[in-house]
Amino acid sequence: MNGPYIDPNPPRPVVDRLRERFPEAGLHVEEFRGEITVTLPAERLVEAAQFLRDDPETAFDMPIACVAVHWLEGEFEHDVMWQIYSLGKNHRLRLKLRLRPGETAPSLTSVWSGMNWTEREQYDLVGVRFNGHPDLRRIIMPEDYPDHPLRKDFDVEGGPAALDGDGRPVSPGFRDMEHA
Amino acid sequence: MSGTETKGTSPAAPDLTPHPPAMPVEHPAPDDSLGGEEMVLNMGPQHPSTHGVLRLVVTLQGETVKSIVPHVGYLHRGMEKIAEGMTYNQFIPYTDRMDYLAPLSTNVGYILAVEKLMGITVPPRARVIRVMCCEIARISAHLLWLGTGALDLGAATVFFHTFRERETLYNIIESLTGGRLTTSYPRVGGLCRDLPPGWTKQVADFTASFPKVLDELDNLLTGNTIWMQRTQGVGVIGAPEAIALGVSGPNLRGSGVAYDVRKTEPYLEYETYEFDVPIGSKGDVFDRYLVRLEEMRQSIRILDQALRRLPEGPINIDDPKIVLPPKKGVLTKMEELIQQFMIVTEGFPAPEGEAYHAIEAPKGELGFYIRSTGGKSPYRLHIRSPSFVSLQAIEKMAVGGLVSDLIAIIASLDPVMGEVDR
Repeated sequence: MNGPYIDPNPPRPVVDRLRERFPEAGLHVEEFRGEITVTLPAERLVEAAQFLRDDPETAFDMPIACVAVHWLEGEFEHDVMWQIYSLGKNHRLRLKLRLRPGETAPSLTSVWSGMNWTEREQYDLVGVRFNGHPDLRRIIMPEDYPDHPLRKDFDVEGGPAALDGDGRPVSPGFRDMEHA
Repeated sequence: MSGTETKGTSPAAPDLTPHPPAMPVEHPAPDDSLGGEEMVLNMGPQHPSTHGVLRLVVTLQGETVKSIVPHVGYLHRGMEKIAEGMTYNQFIPYTDRMDYLAPLSTNVGYILAVEKLMGITVPPRARVIRVMCCEIARISAHLLWLGTGALDLGAATVFFHTFRERETLYNIIESLTGGRLTTSYPRVGGLCRDLPPGWTKQVADFTASFPKVLDELDNLLTGNTIWMQRTQGVGVIGAPEAIALGVSGPNLRGSGVAYDVRKTEPYLEYETYEFDVPIGSKGDVFDRYLVRLEEMRQSIRILDQALRRLPEGPINIDDPKIVLPPKKGVLTKMEELIQQFMIVTEGFPAPEGEAYHAIEAPKGELGFYIRSTGGKSPYRLHIRSPSFVSLQAIEKMAVGGLVSDLIAIIASLDPVMGEVDR
């Protein structure tokens, strides 16, 4: 590859296998820059992850990372993504789950034990709660820390941001620069 | 070691295939003066062998580790949050401070993720220079690991030899980037400046002299009875456990898995360079040591090839909306002045979407995930740092062993806390 690596053969057969196995789940599939993101319903997620790990065609044996994104507006409060990789097949996949306010995500530590710390990190920093996680404690911030700093309503200068009438932060951060 | 491994060239280097004769690894039963009671020992965050601010709470029975709870986060600077308020180029200096032992490599990793998101391919000269940056960073990081790792186990001599070589590397980095530690060298769409005159000669001199030094270091440790007794059969992790934990880089290759992002997902034309991926067989501290030692030799091979093929030509893409104009133009021409002003104050927007890009950093798979909603800064930036993931394996490796082996295990995992805590 001349610059960044962009998968010339995105693992579309993996998506077909998933559709075959979970025909009723209504998978939503996106493809961008050679990466495939599959959005799954929460109740089938652990089962699908187990299938992706154990099926010899997909063989996703390696956990890469869990990433959560917080949204201020819209129907969904959080996107939770699990990046996984297959050493044998050399392909990657991103599993995505969209959470409404108050919903929790199932933990995938039972499938890949390496998801342990990275899920703890997303709980700590973004505030997503994982069901069935064996050890859901804060990992980066101190144990008695009250906030989840990567939420979008958290001001970068060190506390929850002031919100305007619509519930949006008055400032996205960097107050000193804006009022100078 | 098996398969792709090449041996040291020095005649005195011992035969590494198979392992040197196994040393007895059973230790005498520890003295039970606490009457079977357990003791909780707090190690760190300020402890010389934790290489930064790692804190371990160890439960001991005699000298045997019963359980271990790592605490991280002491070096947390909120980089992922800071990135959300910056333009893509403004974030580069923060990546210097992640893996501060290999900042050039971290810079390139971040830039490639941004370029993947934006769909940019840099010119050939910039690609070769970036590869050289990555390999220089790898040698420098592995040298530090070797020196301090040996120092932790009481072998102080190695430290001075590795730091002498690191000094040469830092001089090379300084003449290239202007800084020794905080490099901030690549930019989105290319590099911040071209090579200084005489730089390739500096690198060529280093690649010519370094293999001899490496053989000396090899001789100091590899066949050394004390070194072998302290490292063989210590901190063993099998391939299936390491894979399930997501361990990558030399730590995974020590367990016999030939996973190297440069081979499996070659970026910057790594597929056109000839190099081998060394692997271990047992997954102990000694194997991880051998793997890193050999990786430095392979990096020298890559550097030699890069020096030979270094093409002339531009180092930046031809896009005035992304790349800063030359300074001379900014001082004399109106258009260039406006371009510079717009890029510095407004940045440039990335397309909406999400991208993950991984590189093989000295510590393992370093990945950047960027979620863009179309603005000048990422909506969310996540850094998958290899040290953070590798540290999870410490429990598997250390429990059941002796507390003194724990020091060898931490050193062999080669974590750097700037990257763990971000």
